[in-house]
This record gives sequence, structure tokens and C-alpha cells, in this order.
Amino acid sequence: MPSTATGIYHTSYGSELRLRHTHAEKIRLGILVVALAVLPFTLDNYWLSIVNSIGIAAIGAVGLNILVGFTGQISMGQGGFLAVGAFTSALLSSRAGLPVPLSIAAAVMLTASVGVVVGLPALRLRGLYLAIATLASQQIIEFVIRRWRWLTGGQGFLDVPRLRLVGLEIPRAHFELTWYAIILALATLAVLGARNVFRTALGRSFMAVRDHEIAAATMGVHVTRAKLTAFALSSGYVGLAGALTAHYTETVTWERFTIDISVQYLAMIIVGGLGSVAGSVYGAAFLMLLPPVLAELATAVRDKAPFLSEQLPAVQQAAFGLVIILFLLFEPRGLDRSWRRAREYFACWPFRY
Amino acid sequence: MTQFIQLTVYGLANGAILALAALGFVLVYKATRVINFAQGEFLLAGAYAFYSGWVLLGLPLIAALLFGVAVAVGLGVAIERFSLRPLIGEDPIAVIMVTVGLSAVLKATVQLFYGTTPLTMPKVLPAGSISLAGAHVPLDRVVAVAVAALVLSAFSAFFRWSRHGVAMRAVADDQQAALMQGISVTRIFALAWALGAVSALIGGILLADISELSQNLAGFGLIVFPVVILGGLESIPGTIVGGIVIGLVSQYAEGFSPGASQVAPYLLLVLILLLKPHGLFGQPRIARV
Repeated sequence: MPSTATGIYHTSYGSELRLRHTHAEKIRLGILVVALAVLPFTLDNYWLSIVNSIGIAAIGAVGLNILVGFTGQISMGQGGFLAVGAFTSALLSSRAGLPVPLSIAAAVMLTASVGVVVGLPALRLRGLYLAIATLASQQIIEFVIRRWRWLTGGQGFLDVPRLRLVGLEIPRAHFELTWYAIILALATLAVLGARNVFRTALGRSFMAVRDHEIAAATMGVHVTRAKLTAFALSSGYVGLAGALTAHYTETVTWERFTIDISVQYLAMIIVGGLGSVAGSVYGAAFLMLLPPVLAELATAVRDKAPFLSEQLPAVQQAAFGLVIILFLLFEPRGLDRSWRRAREYFACWPFRY
Repeated sequence: MTQFIQLTVYGLANGAILALAALGFVLVYKATRVINFAQGEFLLAGAYAFYSGWVLLGLPLIAALLFGVAVAVGLGVAIERFSLRPLIGEDPIAVIMVTVGLSAVLKATVQLFYGTTPLTMPKVLPAGSISLAGAHVPLDRVVAVAVAALVLSAFSAFFRWSRHGVAMRAVADDQQAALMQGISVTRIFALAWALGAVSALIGGILLADISELSQNLAGFGLIVFPVVILGGLESIPGTIVGGIVIGLVSQYAEGFSPGASQVAPYLLLVLILLLKPHGLFGQPRIARV
């Protein structure tokens, strides 16, 4: 399809529904694939582990964005859902002896069902009230995990055995690299899955509910079904992210699933762009990179400003807060919008519009 | 029985402070429709501002209080002007997240200046304990309840009778109608944030006095949600009822099983949301296309 400064012209419905419309997009996709293939060989283990956490976070962020960005249901319960996914998969694989792929699948299913239960109040509550209801679910799930001693065998954390691939344990030397491949594959599937959902009637009904619930209902959208499916789909994604965290980090503790994590994921989709699948990935990358990059900077200027490295946790937290505020004030549609704007600038160059 | 009395006094004291924190929350919500996730950090900032005036600057008690009030008012007005006014008319999620961002910044600022270790502050409230029907009841908690009751009545009187209080109620009811009566809505917004910060300051000082002055004070902010949901997001009497109920319920739960005080308010919250989504005194709104 020809792409011009004034838009893309379609001559059939099929072409409009396509995921990628122009040659430029296909070329960019090619570059991205090559970059992702080369990336792990250019990084050391420390940065590769950060890339891996970005991949897991991206899956969770896409899930949260389905709920918040596409369906308009604010959720502060992300941490709780992650915990359900992580604990389910960890328990099923280590204690019940289920193969890891099966236990991850079970974790996804269970988290999706918990999501539906938590989503039930959404049928009566909206906006602020729903945010607070999901906050309650977060606190309750966290409490259950902390208090239920059987869950962790009384030691407060769960050890997850090293992942076995075709019967063999992943060797230490290739640990990050193998996980990079696994996470990249799953994250790609997750992103493509989400992109495709929003081409279907179901995905469109999510957006209709977000834009105006009553208007959507009068047009024949089944609001109840749309909301509950959105909760199920979204928490399924989050459950996958949780399960991956469990097997990747090999320990599960409740500390990793507090309200701060819920907030961090919300920040990811705000920074990346609400209602944008690609934005969720940008946001996850941005917020997961922020603390290590700040730490690097603090080390680099240690001699000139020792204050920065001594107060690093506070500085990181302040930066986190400022990033959220500044994005909301100056780029409320997030990095996705910045990227589009940059693209348009070059498409129209040398004109400003 | 003695344990019951003790739990009741502890619950009432916590409830009174919760009511103060919730009052600030409701003031801001009523006037500006902003859900303030930084309410706990307002308690924190208020308590530390008072500490700086009293201990670090060595001011007399009254002057330290006034210093704290000045900091709280400045903070409230600045936050309203620079971070929330540009967002008027935006999605609830944007407004919520800005206050979440603010809470991170406030907490980090306190940590930068005062570190993470708990600080010792000389007692403001009387120390010692009295005996009540056989139970030893710490005096500071009893006085905290009295102080909170006094402050809450002062605020209620302010809304009932003063010009600005009436103007705030008018803005909360209908912004356009209030504008047409010559009320400056932007000024009311600033006033709401300033008063919210001041009531949090008082709550923060009381809380720091009966427990300790540390970063953990901010955690109190999250229990404000059950309080305001129970009382209704728009009701000032609701904050008092909600504060007392949540304070008592969590203390009784704690007496029943240690640690349960963290979750009991939220269980109650879910129950209320399912039975009466707008709280005991909240206003249901009718939505139309």
C-alpha cells in the first residue's frame, strides 16, 4: 500500500486489517528481528539479565494494558496476579512434579480465573472505585501468601529447581542466553496475540466499553462479557509473566509482589502509552532500564558527586516518580506517541506538517 | 475484658488519626475529583516538617506547629498548581498516577533529607498511662482521640459556617453554578489541597508521637481507602464513622489473630463495595450517554 504524508490508502478491508501496512514497516520489522538476534551476543551477563527481566515485564505490561489501556478498567492488582502465577507454577512444578510447560499453562489458567473473580466487582464499579477494589484484592492476595505457611513450607520463600530442557539442566554458562531465547519467543507470541485480539470483534468490544460503556451496550456490545473476558485475558498474560519470573529467578517470595509492583506496572503502561501494545513493551524497557542506568551514572560520577551513589535508592525512587509525573504532564499518550510523532516528522520532512 | 478495652482504645486512637487522614483525602476528592494516592506521604511530610521545626530548628512547640502548617500549605498549593491543574478533565487513571508519582517523589525526598532510620522525637502528647476498668490505657492515645475530635469539629464548623467553607461546598456540588456565583474555583482547589495537607499534618504528628517517626508512616495512607469507601468518598461525617469503624475492626482483628489488622480493613472494603458501592454517606451518580 502506498504511504504518503496524508495517510495510507486501502482498497480492500483485508488490507486495512493487516498488522503492517507499508514497506517501511516491514523493513523496520526486519531490522528489529536482526537486532534482537544479535543483541544477546553483544551484552555481558548482567545486561542480558536486565534484558530478560524487560522481556518478562513486557508480557505483564501487555496484559495490564489490555485491561487498563484497552478496556478502561483500572487495576492496582497486578502484583497479586503476578504472585498467583508465580506461586502456582512454582508449587506445581516443584512439589507436584508437573513438567514446567504444563505448570506454566496451569498457572496461566488459574490466574485468569482469579482475574475473573477479582473482575466481578467491575460489573458494578467503575473508575476510581474499581481501582480501590483491585487494590483490596492486591492486599488480600499478598496477605494470604504471607500468612499461609503451607505455601512456602514455613520458610517464607520457595526454591524453584533449575529449568530442565529436554531432560537436561540449563548449564550455568548459557543460563541467560537460553532464557533470552525462551523469553523472547514467549514475549513475541504475547505481543502478536494481543495485536491480533484487537483486530477481532472481541477486542473491538473492549475498546467500545472503554470509550463509553452505556453507548457500547446500546450498540449491542455484551458489556459483562467484554469486561470479564478482558479481566481473564489480561490476568492470563500476567500469570504467564509471574510463572516466568518464578522459573527464571528460581526463588519466589511475597516481597516481589507488593503494591509497589502494581504501581510499577501501571507506570510502565503510562510511560509506554495506554492502549498501545507496542507502547507496553517500550514502557517495560524504559522503567526496567531506569534503575540500572541510574546506578551506572551514579558510579560514573562517584568522585564528583558522592552524594548520588550514597543515596541511590532514594534517587531511583525520585526519578521513578518524576518520570510518571513528567510523562503525564507532557506526553500523556506515552513513548508510543513520541515514536509516532518522530516518524511523522521524517515522513513530512522538510515540512513541519 | 481488659484486652477488649485496650484494643478499643487503640482502635479509637488509630481510627481518629485515620479520620484525619481521610478528611484530607475527602476534601481533595470533593473539591477537585482527585483520588490522592499520596495521602500517606502527606502524613509523612507533615510529621517530618514538624520534626524539622521542633527538633532541628529548635522552635517552641506552637511555632513548630505553625512552621509545619506553613510547609503543608505550601506543599499542597504547589502540588495542585504544578501537577494537577494541567490535568483537569483528563482520565481518572492519569490523575491517579500523578498522585502515585507524587507519593514516590515525596517519599524519596524525605529519605534524601532524613535517611531511612527512625528518628526519635520528644513527646508532644502526655506520656504515661491511666487505668480504665482494670485495663492500662496509654494516655497519649486517649489525648490523640481528643485532639482529632477537636480538629474534626473545627473543620466541620469551618464548612458549616465560614465563607470559604460554604464556597468549598458549593464547588463540590456544582462547579459551573459556583463559578456563576463569583466563586474562584481555582482558588478553592488550592484551598482544598492546603487544608488536606494540614489535616494530614496533624494526623502525621499524632501518629509519629504514638508510634515512631519513620518512613513507615506512609503505609497508613493505604488504609485510608477502606475508610473513605466505607464512609463515602464525598462525605465528611463519613470519614469519622469510617475511621472509627476501620480503626476498631483492624484492632479487634489484630487481637483475634496477630497480623490480621493488615487485611481486615480490605476484607471489609470488598464487602462494602459489593453491598453498597457508594459507601454509607456517598452520592450515587447517574450516568447517561
